Amino acid sequence: MDILATALPALGQAWVLILQPIVLGYLVLGVVMGLCIGVFPGLGGIAGLSLLLPFMFGMDPILGLALMIGMVAVVPTSDTFASVLMGIPGSSASQATVLDGFPMAQKGKAARALSAAFASSLFGGLVGASFLTIFILIARPIVLEFRTPELLMITIFGLSMVGILAGRVAIKGLVAAGLGMLIGTIGEGASSGDLRMSSYNYPYLTDGLKLVIVGLGIFAIPEIISLLRQDRAIAKEQSLGGGWLDGVRDWFANIWLSVRCSIIGVVVGVIPGLGGSVVDWIAYGHSVQSTKDKSNFGKGEVRGVIGPESSNNAKEGGGLVPTLMFGIPGSGSMAIFIGAIALLGSGQIEVGPAMLKNNLDITYSIVWLLALANVVGTIICIAASGGIAKLTTIRFALLAPFLFMIISFAAFQSGQNLMDLVALFAIGFLGILMRRFDWSRPAFLIGFVLSNPAETYANQALQIAQSRFRRGFEEGLDYIFSPIVIVLIIITVLSVVIGLRQSKNIMAEGDVQSGSKRAPFLFLVAITAYVAYAFYDASSIPSFSRDRTFPMFVAGVCLVGCAVLIIRMMLKPETDTIFADREREGDDAAATHGLWPTLAWFAALLILTSFVGFILALALFLFAFLKLRAGLSTAMAAGYTAAGIAFMCVMAGLLNRDFPPGLLQSYADLPWPLT
Amino acid sequence: MSNIKTTRRVACSLVAAAAATFAAQANAGGHGIDLEGKTVEWIIPFSETGGSAKWANFYAPLLSEALPGQPTVVVKFMPGAGSTKGANFFQEQEYADSEGTLIFGSSGSTQFPFLLDDPRVKYNYADWNVVLASGTGGVAYLPPDMAAKMDGLDASGLQEEDFIYGSQGATRLDLVPLLAWEMLGLNVEPVFGIKGRGDGRLMFERGEANIDYQTSSGFLSGVTPLVEAGTAVPMMSWGALDADGNIVRDPTFPDMPTFKEVCDATDGCETSGTQWDAWKAFFIAGFPAQKMVFLPNGASADAIATYTAAFEAVQARADFADISSKRLGKYPQMTGAEAQAALESGTNVPQEAKDFVTGWLEERYGVTLN
Repeated sequence: MDILATALPALGQAWVLILQPIVLGYLVLGVVMGLCIGVFPGLGGIAGLSLLLPFMFGMDPILGLALMIGMVAVVPTSDTFASVLMGIPGSSASQATVLDGFPMAQKGKAARALSAAFASSLFGGLVGASFLTIFILIARPIVLEFRTPELLMITIFGLSMVGILAGRVAIKGLVAAGLGMLIGTIGEGASSGDLRMSSYNYPYLTDGLKLVIVGLGIFAIPEIISLLRQDRAIAKEQSLGGGWLDGVRDWFANIWLSVRCSIIGVVVGVIPGLGGSVVDWIAYGHSVQSTKDKSNFGKGEVRGVIGPESSNNAKEGGGLVPTLMFGIPGSGSMAIFIGAIALLGSGQIEVGPAMLKNNLDITYSIVWLLALANVVGTIICIAASGGIAKLTTIRFALLAPFLFMIISFAAFQSGQNLMDLVALFAIGFLGILMRRFDWSRPAFLIGFVLSNPAETYANQALQIAQSRFRRGFEEGLDYIFSPIVIVLIIITVLSVVIGLRQSKNIMAEGDVQSGSKRAPFLFLVAITAYVAYAFYDASSIPSFSRDRTFPMFVAGVCLVGCAVLIIRMMLKPETDTIFADREREGDDAAATHGLWPTLAWFAALLILTSFVGFILALALFLFAFLKLRAGLSTAMAAGYTAAGIAFMCVMAGLLNRDFPPGLLQSYADLPWPLT
Repeated sequence: MSNIKTTRRVACSLVAAAAATFAAQANAGGHGIDLEGKTVEWIIPFSETGGSAKWANFYAPLLSEALPGQPTVVVKFMPGAGSTKGANFFQEQEYADSEGTLIFGSSGSTQFPFLLDDPRVKYNYADWNVVLASGTGGVAYLPPDMAAKMDGLDASGLQEEDFIYGSQGATRLDLVPLLAWEMLGLNVEPVFGIKGRGDGRLMFERGEANIDYQTSSGFLSGVTPLVEAGTAVPMMSWGALDADGNIVRDPTFPDMPTFKEVCDATDGCETSGTQWDAWKAFFIAGFPAQKMVFLPNGASADAIATYTAAFEAVQARADFADISSKRLGKYPQMTGAEAQAALESGTNVPQEAKDFVTGWLEERYGVTLN
């Protein structure tokens, strides 16, 4: 009762603050800006907030909050467009949406997938806000119960989702996840700064690869190249079946799944340190496990869209707890958000432990502004989804060059280095081969995303546990095996057992025919070689450093997996599923264009950029591609090129971003945007 | 305010010669430069999310107002290699190319690799022209049961305990607390891999770490509520510098003993000698002279004078004390000769101290920088 006595008046004050016309106006403004910026994958929230920062200084707190929250809230919503329509995972929030959303778009059901996703997002956001309203009052002691061993177990639970997404040959999925983790360890170790698979002579890799690049490379590039080779529209059928109402109906039919995934989202979001990286995979895994007929997952199962989308907006709400109550940002955009709050008004809102005591009304305003922004954003998105879905009927050759433009620009923002584009190309190539030989790309991505938390938490938990054991055996055991850890272990074991039993039915990336032995075998040998080298590289780190243990362990497990695969390849006939090869039969084999000429276009953009800088290279690339590959007339190609360049320049200008420079720029001083 | 004054006095007396040269240089310009219609790029060698971003975002609009011609000031983030990427980039810039439209914000994380001769460092502070220096302080704190084992200022009671500390890395600012605790004879095991001091505090709150430190502003906002709730007890502050370069009580925390006082009272801890000199040198680099703004190599006296005047104008605002203490914490802000002096003390560390620290890092944590 005591809690209610303080909470209810604060909640009332919050609503009085929110429901002023001018506040709602700012919120809508923020939402619209967020949606416009959201087209850049992996950049949305951070770029948008940085854009707003200069205006935050001294602004009326509630107006500033409305503007910023409007913008942040719609990022996981607007991301959905790219993941469903183009197969581009915009941020960690929408990786899992790609798995079933994109196949739906290919079946011509883009509008249906989008509106199901948006309805789920909206609902997730509201469930999250309702849950938080109560939970935020009692969250502090509960959040503090999640110590390092608990965080490690949640990370392992996230990793166990690999079991569901491993594909038909479970060991291949395991090796794929291990490879993802190894790629995730590249760079300076978190413990003593020892370098893994990199050198100070090539400084790019010492910072490691960013999620934007790996996500775009592993998912988006293979899909774009594949579609381009087939020279058709994204949707196979010309008529767009399934309007937006169907999507909403789909969501309503699965409302309990949506409720459960929203709760998963808000609970995992609350725990500081994990952020959003595992939420959508756990929600996807849950969707799969709770569905009776699993045969459609990966081929366009609407539940595979509803689950992750319900969780990712709820997670944003949950993420407010560590951000506001502990002053620890759960994501990049939340970190800017904290900084911006300090600039508001006269700086009286201080994020941290005192937030609840001193600013409960502001806290509630933030929670419900977020929910309201979700509502506004969703309505706009649903209204737009029918029209935007028509993009999937456009001939892909007209769309692809602009997609290359956007993902190259997005990738470049992660490190502002030409090497970003090289890395994107390299990971993209790996993605193409993994797709071809039916190695689970979701498993790879889960491994990559969770590599860092898994390593850090494992090292930290071990170190702290050692210290506890020195104090007493029982104290050590109490620390490691807390009730939460035990519950998580049980859930994880169940999930792995059930997942492995069912994974053969779930082809997250559709059925693939087997073909000859040589190509799949060579790819396996190449992966084994990389893993072996990674093992050797990690083992050359001095033995007192903790930075060697994790990569050596992962590489060791991978090597065993590789050995098993090699033996199996030697024993089995070439019709075995282990030799899956997309180039044998199906869409890729029947494609009008070869892989290499198509890839060469992208390589040309990269090489040109290194000589003349991005904008000049882009102009040449767009024009040549549209003229030669898409077969447009010179005038049309020039027109499209000009439009593309203009769009790029306006966006970059607004966001105050530069473009990759080339060799030319080191000799000549050119005006922006050519610099 | 007293904090600022103290540092001002220190600065003046510390490197009088350098200051005199600098002042002459700064005054020679006369008219200053006009930046009307221009855009000033302020490079921050970190991501949008760090403490330097907060600091730059606070100053950017104020600087824009104060510079002649009210140019747009945009903060440009160039993260990478723990800020050495951005600093190396800035080293290559010449003033003639930007004519005062390019400035750089460095931090303790930029200074430490420079001091420790990290092989990635291609920059030299001596080439740059400082126009603002912002500092901070730091406070170490303990859980109540540990704090009870201290006998007044004497920390010997803690020497038998096992301490866990959430650390960002031994070569970062954490070097200062780690070395301080070691000098007190405390057995502190750093748990590496945390992302920021906020994460360290969370680890303390969860009961996993049982010793921690925060910068002044972090302590005020994050730990003061814990102290009030009785779950944390301040142990000592790192202190501040007085006019003669001595360590005195931090004016923000006048009731808290400094590390120097605790060290004096604890057996086996010496406030003289190589170890102490090394600690003090890195403390100065990391705290009182933590964040600085620079114009590139070859900047004209006009430009330096203009920026110095602009930052002075910002601090002369009637509301400056109010808005800055809320958003930045009570940081001493220095310009002109004082900033130059802060730069000198923050980047010129005796070779002996450097050697001691590199040796200690290698021996204690196995960290080599080559």
